[in-house]
Amino acid sequence: MSGLTPGDKEAVIQIRQLVNAFGDSVIHDHLDLDVYRGEVLGVVGGSGAGKSVLLRSIVGLNRPLAGSIKVFGQETAQEDGEDLRGLQLRWGVLFQEGALFSSQTVAQNIQVPMRRWTPMSEDLMDQLAAMKLALVGLAADAGAKFPSEISGGMKKRAGLARALALDPELLFLDEPTSGLDPISAAQFDDLVRNLQRSLGLTVFLVTHDLDTLRATCDRIAVLVNRKVKLGTIESLSRDPDPWIHEYFCGPRGRAALEHA
Amino acid sequence: MRNVAAHLAVATPATLKLERTGRSARLVLAGDWLVGEAARMDETLRALNTTGVNDLLIDAGKIGHLDSAGAWLILRTRHLLEASNIRVTHVELPEYGRPLYQRLESGSLGPAAEFHRRQTFGDFLERIGRGTMHVLHQTYDLVGFLGRVTVETWEAILSPNHELPWPAFIQQIEETGLTALPIVGMLAFLLGIVLAYQGADQLKRFNAEIYTIDFLGVGFLRELGGLVTAIIVAGRSGSAFTAHIGTMRVNEETDAMQTIGLNIAEILVLPRVLALIVSLFFLTFYADVVGIVGGMVMTYFDLGITFPAFMRELEGAISLRTLLVGLIKAPVFAFVIALVGCFEGLRVERNAGSVGRLTTRSVVESIFLIIALDAAFSVLFSVLGV
Repeated sequence: MSGLTPGDKEAVIQIRQLVNAFGDSVIHDHLDLDVYRGEVLGVVGGSGAGKSVLLRSIVGLNRPLAGSIKVFGQETAQEDGEDLRGLQLRWGVLFQEGALFSSQTVAQNIQVPMRRWTPMSEDLMDQLAAMKLALVGLAADAGAKFPSEISGGMKKRAGLARALALDPELLFLDEPTSGLDPISAAQFDDLVRNLQRSLGLTVFLVTHDLDTLRATCDRIAVLVNRKVKLGTIESLSRDPDPWIHEYFCGPRGRAALEHA
Repeated sequence: MRNVAAHLAVATPATLKLERTGRSARLVLAGDWLVGEAARMDETLRALNTTGVNDLLIDAGKIGHLDSAGAWLILRTRHLLEASNIRVTHVELPEYGRPLYQRLESGSLGPAAEFHRRQTFGDFLERIGRGTMHVLHQTYDLVGFLGRVTVETWEAILSPNHELPWPAFIQQIEETGLTALPIVGMLAFLLGIVLAYQGADQLKRFNAEIYTIDFLGVGFLRELGGLVTAIIVAGRSGSAFTAHIGTMRVNEETDAMQTIGLNIAEILVLPRVLALIVSLFFLTFYADVVGIVGGMVMTYFDLGITFPAFMRELEGAISLRTLLVGLIKAPVFAFVIALVGCFEGLRVERNAGSVGRLTTRSVVESIFLIIALDAAFSVLFSVLGV
């Protein structure tokens, strides 16, 4: 349990020899990956390359065929949900559409983890929920609304607020900017970067968005040919692999990079 | 009070101490100011006695860890002190905690908004009113929908170049009729056994066991066979209609159909209504037969009536009319089940909870309507002398 501590280069997530397959199609073939404390790692790859499967494997929602995944030194790949309890407090997950509980207001959504894990009074939880809302850039009156009453962008912000409810050290974001207009997407990138700095987060960010990669990520992991290739935008854009080349040097890639 | 989850417990508990020197004071914070400690420190901070203090320095320079809950508590303390006319000269924070604190400080941290909707007596009355209006609107809409489907059905049948959706129709017959055979058969058989047993038990007292067969034949063919089959089908297929069409609504598939210019009533509703009418008719007949067989097995074991004797007695007890009176209700029941199922499915809103809620409602409504209609039929038949 730590909020902010001076950074040391420690692998928060350690993936070794991960194998995932559905039927005959192998998604991950002996994949290795380290995520270090305090960095923002962007994960990209074509549709069906296994980005979301990788994320789900790390947080224990998907049991891989083989291999080990350690988060804060604790094995997550082969454990049941019960045994992950220590970790569930230390990470926050933002799902693609926010995954807000539709029967509860936004504020109640943010308070779900608090209610589950801490003895805080209702007053304090209300105050903290208001603080989290302000932190992710939502107006205080959004707290009383139901998920069906707010827009997609607001849902993502509210989902982020819920993921941050217990001040986790590690944040998983699954395509945080997909479906947002470019202005909202850029604001969300800023928000993630800003929160990452002020809260000292480690961020595992799955995305399609080149602008997000450029704006927020320290390192980039490309899922290609069932393995992972690590680097920065600059180093990866010189990679010989045709998919990576097309991704970074295609028309959209170039446009995003030219702004850099 | 519940305990903090073990994993949220901190290494060094958060502490605070007020050191007074005359009219100024230092509030010294130490330990880990993390979310696990927030509940405890919230109470300690509220109990802080600062009477007689003019200016105060918050010294958090020596705290171990800090997260947003801790930083926010420090910020709130400062705001509360300032609100009670104490000058906060400085907030000392460790190097790493400053960006977080400044971020919270710059954010708009007004008073906590009212998140809970409290219930008053007025709300209660309002809910009753809303509920009443809702039922009325619902009935109005259902009748409107009935009209629309009827018109579309006639148009589809009458217009020569109007292609009926045959593949969907066949598929629905399979889903609502063929796959329902095992469950309907099983239940009808068991019901036949139960009826025969209970009938025999009562009629034995009057030495009239043989009339068990009349009771069974008339009861099953006229009423029970159709009613039970309709109720099973309402639970099975009516709910499936609502859930399927409802999921299509959630995925915006019905919206897509509309923008392409497809007729939703014709594509989604018509095949289901027609298929269910056909299916339920045959299912009812099948249930009648299986139910009688169940009764026949039971009378054989319970009363020792052989199958040929059973058939002779049955022939005397029932006529074709008995069977038809039961079967004529089946298409009406089917129409109601399919109509309600599709109607509720099309009312689903774009959230996941809506599908479940309307599916439940669809089943409850169709079963209610089936039983109400059955009662109406009974009255009608007795007036007509059938």
